[in-house]
Amino acid sequence: MAVCIAVIAKENYPLYIRSVPTENELKFHYTVHTSLDVVDEKISAMGKALVDQRELYLGLLYPTEDYKVYGYVTNSKVKFVMVVDSSNTALRDNEIRSMFRKLHNSYTDIMCNPFYNPGDRIHSRAFDTMVNSMMMQVC
Amino acid sequence: QEKGPRGEKSLLAQPGTLCAICAPQQEPCQALPVGHTGSGHPQPPWEGLITEVCGAKRVGYFGPAQFYIALKLIAAAQSGFPVRIESIKNELPLPRFMALKNDTEVRYGTPAEFHGVKFQVPHATLEKNSYKRTDEGDKQEPKSPPMSPICSPPASPSTYQRIPLSYGYGKARSGLEQQHGASYEVRHSTHQQDGPSSGNYGAKSALTCSTPNRSLSVEREQQDSSTQYSDDPWRITEEQRDYYINQFRSLQPDLNAFISGSVAKNFFTKSKLPIPELSHIWELSDVDCDGALTLPEFCAAFHLVVARKNGYQLPETLPETLLPEYLQAACLKPCCALFDSYSEPLPSSQQTRDLSRAEVRRCKLAVKVSTTLKTIPKEFQHLTVKAGKEKIAMSYSSTSIEDAMKKGEEPPTPPPRPQKSHSRASSLDLNKIFQQNTQAVRSGWLPPPPPALPPRPSVSQTEQPSEVELHLQMNRPSSQAEENSSAKKEVVLAQPPSKPARRKLRTEAQGLETPELSPTINVTSSLPAVKPHLPVQKQSSKQKRAIQTAIRKNKEANAVLARLNSELQQQLKEVHKERIALETQLEQLRPVTVL
Repeated sequence: MAVCIAVIAKENYPLYIRSVPTENELKFHYTVHTSLDVVDEKISAMGKALVDQRELYLGLLYPTEDYKVYGYVTNSKVKFVMVVDSSNTALRDNEIRSMFRKLHNSYTDIMCNPFYNPGDRIHSRAFDTMVNSMMMQVC
Repeated sequence: QEKGPRGEKSLLAQPGTLCAICAPQQEPCQALPVGHTGSGHPQPPWEGLITEVCGAKRVGYFGPAQFYIALKLIAAAQSGFPVRIESIKNELPLPRFMALKNDTEVRYGTPAEFHGVKFQVPHATLEKNSYKRTDEGDKQEPKSPPMSPICSPPASPSTYQRIPLSYGYGKARSGLEQQHGASYEVRHSTHQQDGPSSGNYGAKSALTCSTPNRSLSVEREQQDSSTQYSDDPWRITEEQRDYYINQFRSLQPDLNAFISGSVAKNFFTKSKLPIPELSHIWELSDVDCDGALTLPEFCAAFHLVVARKNGYQLPETLPETLLPEYLQAACLKPCCALFDSYSEPLPSSQQTRDLSRAEVRRCKLAVKVSTTLKTIPKEFQHLTVKAGKEKIAMSYSSTSIEDAMKKGEEPPTPPPRPQKSHSRASSLDLNKIFQQNTQAVRSGWLPPPPPALPPRPSVSQTEQPSEVELHLQMNRPSSQAEENSSAKKEVVLAQPPSKPARRKLRTEAQGLETPELSPTINVTSSLPAVKPHLPVQKQSSKQKRAIQTAIRKNKEANAVLARLNSELQQQLKEVHKERIALETQLEQLRPVTVL
């Protein structure tokens, strides 16, 4: 269960960002922003030759005391960043991967919508529903 | 009298659910005489009559519906109309109550005013839940049931049945959703007042529409003929469906193909809805999320646009009646009607029935396979060639035979569509397969004398006669010059120069054709034998059919390969001869140089 999920465009501006409402959202926005550097570093570290084989799932970007940040990049350089509570140790890598896969699928569904212009903010209700299902259920 | 305004005030105070409104408003029947003493006109028998007519007596209390009906009846009575439910439909002035204050009349008036009120209401704003509109929404609610498909209708009293459906559809407001649910029941029960409702539609649409939607209002007015569906705004009526199909055709002539995203976007943008709403409509209707709309998806999307234009809130999820699977079943009807125009030129009714059965199968297959472009003749060929598909097809045909039979009698609709065997998706292979199929069968028929044919009908399938017909049609081009798919296949086969790769096979086919004229005559004589077998053999098992079709297919493939083999052998011989000739020439030339 994620604490914050963000979709970042290729030009590194956010297309969609959703946090658990209880916490200070600004903190998460800042975290996501700083994690973008790590994402870029990971992408460039692969090298140009390996672009084809580059894996989409980037794994743990960096851990802090409270939470962990995971990253995922699509082939069109759209980044998904997920902030997960560190105390939730039950989350395994597979689960994170499956969550990213779901995100990616929903994102492609949005792209299929002809009324969506790539680069716009995402307002899809289906996407919202899917993200809500992945967020921590904090009342 | 006191309870009257109090009841209304409670209405105001609680713009919430219908149940909430109903509860405080459960005034006993005795309230009515009290309320009516102020009106001056009605005498005791009238009050009882009104109470009974509006249904309050039956349920034992005055809910809002009963109350409004009662008011309306009072107005009717005061205007001289008989106290009956039908009189509510008339345009009535306000009922005159002597003791009641003006605020009643001003704020609520009679339901008669709702006509005018309502038309402005939906178009004033879409989203707001303002106080005033809540009132009107409340009041309109029992008579003008706006729909929200989300909520389940509460157990409203049976008197709702009496409420005339005369006020069209109001706006769905988020706060009034449960009320809408109640009115959903109303819709279900009342079908008769289609005249006024259609009039309302027309007026309503006229207020909203932009150019592309003006035609929508026209077809909306025709809705009064379809009473069956008039109660559910998320259900597509026949006229609407036809209209949507025509629109689809204007964008994409092939009903089995897609409308691409950009084309659909341009089309729906014309409706002048805001982009986020269109985006949501697309999200709802493009169920398989492929960026393109099939016919059922397009109908659903168009219907949602229409509903939105007429003031309905878009649902969060696609209503059941707009699901593609649901619409496919309904879309089959127009599809089959169109296909039947193909089958009509056929000489025998048996063939018609078989072809129509095949067409129904084709329809179902076409509709089921929404992600590939399958043309009609192509499917027909698939049906005759592929055993796997036939398995599916047979199950459909058995279930839809009655439909097919019925549809066979329907009048022809638009002219049959052009031959599609050359369309982009149908490759050379299909035509080859088709040819090989026919040639194989023909060659298969050549050796066995006509007496060999009867065993085939004993096996019973419907494909057999259809194949038989097919070959008959193939072999009798003169007899069927009409424009139907089979005839066009003949045309196709008669044009070998267009397909160079088929030329070789074609020459063979032509060679086979002439000797086959005699077998075909015998085949025709055996056809009548085939026909009476058909009704008897409908009950044969699918596996038997599948095995037999597989056997047939293998035989055909064998024949094809054998023919290919012989052809190649001939070519080899010729090449050999050429080689020998060249070698001798070389020998003749060589001694000259040796010298």
